[in-house]
Amino acid sequence: MQPILSFEQAPPISVPYRFFLTAPLFGVIAGLLLAWYGAEAMSSRWSPAALALTHLLAVDVMLQVMCGALLQFVAVVAGANIWRPHLVASVVHPMITAGAVFLAAAFVLGLPILFLLAGAVFALGIGFFLTVMMLALWRTPARGMTVHVLRLAVFGLLVTLLLGITLAGILGLQTSALPLLLLINVHVAWGLGGWALMLVIGVSYLVVPMFQLTPAYPEWLTRALPFGLLLVLCLWSLQLFSPADEAQAWQVQVAEAGMLLAGLYAIVTLILQYQRRRRQTDVTLILWRVAMLSLLAFSASWLLFEASPQFGSHARAPLWLGVLVFPGAFLSVIIGMLYKIVPFLNWLHLQRLGEPATMPNMKQMMPEGAVRWQMRLHISALALLLMAVLWPAWALPAGLAFAASCLLLEWNLLGAVWLYCRVRDRAVKDRAVKDQIRAVGQDHET
Amino acid sequence: MAVKEEMMANAMIESFSFPDKAMTLPSQILPKHHRHCDDYFVAAEDAANRRDWPLVATSFAHFRQQMEAHFAAEENILFPAFESATGMSDGPTRMMRYEHDQMRGLLDQLSAALAASDQDAYSGVSETLLMLMQQHNMKEENILYPMCDQALGSQADALSTKLEALLEPAHA
Repeated sequence: MQPILSFEQAPPISVPYRFFLTAPLFGVIAGLLLAWYGAEAMSSRWSPAALALTHLLAVDVMLQVMCGALLQFVAVVAGANIWRPHLVASVVHPMITAGAVFLAAAFVLGLPILFLLAGAVFALGIGFFLTVMMLALWRTPARGMTVHVLRLAVFGLLVTLLLGITLAGILGLQTSALPLLLLINVHVAWGLGGWALMLVIGVSYLVVPMFQLTPAYPEWLTRALPFGLLLVLCLWSLQLFSPADEAQAWQVQVAEAGMLLAGLYAIVTLILQYQRRRRQTDVTLILWRVAMLSLLAFSASWLLFEASPQFGSHARAPLWLGVLVFPGAFLSVIIGMLYKIVPFLNWLHLQRLGEPATMPNMKQMMPEGAVRWQMRLHISALALLLMAVLWPAWALPAGLAFAASCLLLEWNLLGAVWLYCRVRDRAVKDRAVKDQIRAVGQDHET
Repeated sequence: MAVKEEMMANAMIESFSFPDKAMTLPSQILPKHHRHCDDYFVAAEDAANRRDWPLVATSFAHFRQQMEAHFAAEENILFPAFESATGMSDGPTRMMRYEHDQMRGLLDQLSAALAASDQDAYSGVSETLLMLMQQHNMKEENILYPMCDQALGSQADALSTKLEALLEPAHA
């Protein structure tokens, strides 16, 4: 079936913005929770607070923005708007938000019923999102690797969701019928590698060359990365079906291959950005670099932990990896992208409303100073979080710094939205006045 | 029969004497020219960041001239051919023309910033134009040009020659 290519420029602005404005608020909550629980949250990845924080970050911050951005981005990549964007956003946004709150509460309070509630809400909300995305991405005639990689990422989110629902069911029903630890291993791998990293890879093929005018990613790599990652994830998932003790040796090799792929991607991206033709170094570029260096540090740490068990077997080793990958790699990319996407969307929607030359340009949408301060705060929070893994007493300042960074991000985004509303209202009023004058003129003529 | 054989022989000779002259497609010419326009864009923006206004003036003039040539090549040659081949005149090409107009507006604003030697205005508009231009190129290169290649069939070669004639070749 050939879809009608509308080449609509974008869905209504409120569609992505509701996701973008919600995410930093949960970052603030996560930071405050970390400060509140302090060293207890940093005791191990299995502490209730650490589990709650991980899911608040992964779903209510990361997934939130990624869904909003994808609803927007697909219009450009596939050449057509998604099916009823307004309806989709009105259903998916509250469900993702509520689902993660239930899940975080379930971990902290230890209430089984909340796990079941979270699982059900995610099944409906994310399931609906996935269906709409699949329709848009499978029917498009668009070429290029990005479309393929986005399809893989959507599949990765589906697997993550299915495993997550299974886990929520196990915890909610308190059964031990299924191997909990193995399911968690596979759930984490698909969430981080199959969805989040896959999405960043697919998007980066377009936006890394686009923002800084770098050379394109080498053609062979654009294929090798996503399919290599998919292969690694499929092999990694086989542990669900093999006896636990037998699987060890090859499992480690599979995971090592995945880490090498992630590291290779980070290195190539850094090299491409170094070769950029557009010489200026803006906040987005710096945050991309922070993200790629974090990803590289994540892969290197994983390999180091594997090679030297005196580090790797430490209870806080997984937290070190978690800080590098969640706030370090993914949140840095997300913040950097928001600082490009939001000013551009403001401009795109405003210049249709009135005389384009009178509309503010992208750089006038957000004050550069506040954006730079937020970036510095984010990087400081990241450093403090890593310190807190080494010395858990640092969890208090780390949590507060992270909350402050997210608060300033929210402030910057709200400022842009406020400016959008002000300019829009002025343009609408101007047009009404002009229409009135014209109507009066016509009355006089007749 | 003889005629057919002669034609086949001619085709063979042609393919021998011009071994690399396969059919040229719009999707081979236009993306390269996008990159070429990017080069001029960067040169002008770099000069503006250094407040070297005479250099901005020359780079921007080249940039604008090639942008206009690109728009003209598409709007006067490629799009009409695509529209008549597919009957789709209200679809992708309409949106592409609309975005060309948006870019023309931004080029005017850059021109005004250059005339006023206003660095802030230049860099803000330049950033906006880059985003609009790149997402536009993305849609053309991944969707529209491949559709054109397909829709135009045997006309593609002759049409590509016309496009090439309008556009400055990229510097080696």
